[in-house]
Amino acid sequence: MSPELTAFLTNCFAGLALGSTYALVALGFVVIYKSTGVINFAQGGLLALGAYLGYTFSENLALAFGLSILFACLAAAFVGAGFERIVLRRMVGQPPFAVIMITIGLLFIIEPVLTAVWGFDNLQVPNPWNIQTVEAGGLVFGVRDLWTIGITIAVVTAFFLFFRFSGFGLAMRATAFDPEAALAQGISAKKVYAVSWAIAAALAALAGITLAAGPGGLSPSIGFIALAAFPAMILGGMDSPAGAVLGGIVIGLAEALTRGYQDQLFSWAGDNVSIIVPYLLMIVILLIRPYGLLGTKDVRRI
Amino acid sequence: MVAAGESILSVSNLEVVYDDVVLVLRGLSLTVPTAGVVALLGANGAGKTTLLRAVTGLLHSHRGRITKGTVQFDGRDITGADPARVVRLGIAQVMEGRRIFAEMTIDENLRAGAHTRRSRAEVRESYARVLDLFPVLASRRRSTAGYLSGGEQQMLAIGRALMAAPRLLLLDEPSLGLAPKLVEQVRDIIRHINEQGTSVLLVEQNAMMALSIADFGYVLEVGTVVRDDPAGDLLADEDIREFYLGAPADGAQRSFAEVKSYRRKKRWSA
Ligand SMILES: Nc1ncnc2c1ncn2[C@@H]1O[C@H](COP(=O)(O)OP(=O)(O)OP(=O)(O)O)[C@@H](O)[C@H]1O
Ligand SMILES: [Mg+2]
Repeated sequence: MSPELTAFLTNCFAGLALGSTYALVALGFVVIYKSTGVINFAQGGLLALGAYLGYTFSENLALAFGLSILFACLAAAFVGAGFERIVLRRMVGQPPFAVIMITIGLLFIIEPVLTAVWGFDNLQVPNPWNIQTVEAGGLVFGVRDLWTIGITIAVVTAFFLFFRFSGFGLAMRATAFDPEAALAQGISAKKVYAVSWAIAAALAALAGITLAAGPGGLSPSIGFIALAAFPAMILGGMDSPAGAVLGGIVIGLAEALTRGYQDQLFSWAGDNVSIIVPYLLMIVILLIRPYGLLGTKDVRRI
Repeated sequence: MVAAGESILSVSNLEVVYDDVVLVLRGLSLTVPTAGVVALLGANGAGKTTLLRAVTGLLHSHRGRITKGTVQFDGRDITGADPARVVRLGIAQVMEGRRIFAEMTIDENLRAGAHTRRSRAEVRESYARVLDLFPVLASRRRSTAGYLSGGEQQMLAIGRALMAAPRLLLLDEPSLGLAPKLVEQVRDIIRHINEQGTSVLLVEQNAMMALSIADFGYVLEVGTVVRDDPAGDLLADEDIREFYLGAPADGAQRSFAEVKSYRRKKRWSA
């Protein structure tokens, strides 16, 4: 294999791993937006919370890493659903703007709570992946990246099967399409909203803990990654779960490739050009397709 | 009026307010006898849909509220009950404008209608019955509901409601926008459903159609009942024919001028 091709494939692989993380967070955005019409700005906070909980399960309680992931996701789901139940339920029928401000409020509450409990230091999450690599066909793969991609594929597949074929998935789609008609079938909107928040929070937590197992470790700023997943959601189409996943992958690849070819192609643009790539891509795609890659034209509720 | 024991639905003195200020139902009382068909007539804006919302718990999403009166279903108080409970107790509603889930398949629409039911075997049975009743749906179970014709969508909306195995079926203007042939078909289907033992409350603008299958009719005007009589009496009544059927009692063709005057009267009465 030529060194150029090896470099290209390595960059693509890094992009897929990063894109997986974006895809999980963006899917969470879409699940909540689709069923409740609200953009959840606290997604990054839930991601960080999940990561820190995973750290505690793994480090302080010495649980197996797999179990730590599972419990962190469950705990985050509980927090998400609880927040919906206790706070947002009172906001039903209020302007979406007010509800969105509340999710921003939640974000600002989670952050100081996290630093109060876990401090500002960069923490290392004990995990079996570490910085190990495997080599195949002349390419070097990070074990953590492989796992992140694999888990994301499994979870996203499970989500789509649930959404498409289960009775509750049907109820969620019905509520998203026409909330009143769904109510008239006896579908409980409250349950749909709570489950949507639980799913979104669990996805965020999963993204957070797999990310924290990477070279960057775990710090309070880990939630910022949700800012890059936000364009992934918009780019894919705000109301399309498949679009969210696609958008996540596209943005992850674009970001990784830009970073990979930074010195050759983008040196004129400064060191941090890869960070603005998600937003540039979002703007370009919205100019061409205002409803995103897979979004539907008639977005019913804003 | 029918005695309480024989009635499956009884609404008494109902007052409904939207946005805390707009009083839309003003002391409305109405009874649906068990296994009967009751027609509810009234001009646009009389409050027919509002009454159905009040019964099925859908006022909340319209910022509406019951401020007075009660709704009883099968002897149970369901005033202000939430929609899921109402469906579980045995009331299904075919909403105004069909409101099918256009992005989903016919099969999924029907399954959504059975959301509150627990027994899979019973759901399968209802499913078979609905497809039996609507052969057009049977052949297109996997196609997207939004591509059905208007008439087929109405059939789907009715079929979806039947998937809840209701004891009382509420229909809000099922003939709206349908060609005469299809109106007849809808009427036959409602009659058939009723013969299988389901009580029916039928809201209609098409008074002729509604009164031809109803046992009893109510006429609503600005939120109160102004007439309640056996359907036959209403059908024969000069005023009703004039205002709600749009045809004079002798069945003669109207002149253009008369039609216009009828329109004016109808607007005034609304
Ligand atoms: N969500 C709402 N908020 C405020 N007012 C409403 C609302 N829905 C209906 N109304 C008002 O309540 C009155 C009754 O409306 P309703 O829809 O019940 O009439 P209707 O008899 O079903 O009319 P139509 O034959 O046109 O369907 C109307 O004056 C309408 O403007
Ligand atoms: Mg109406």
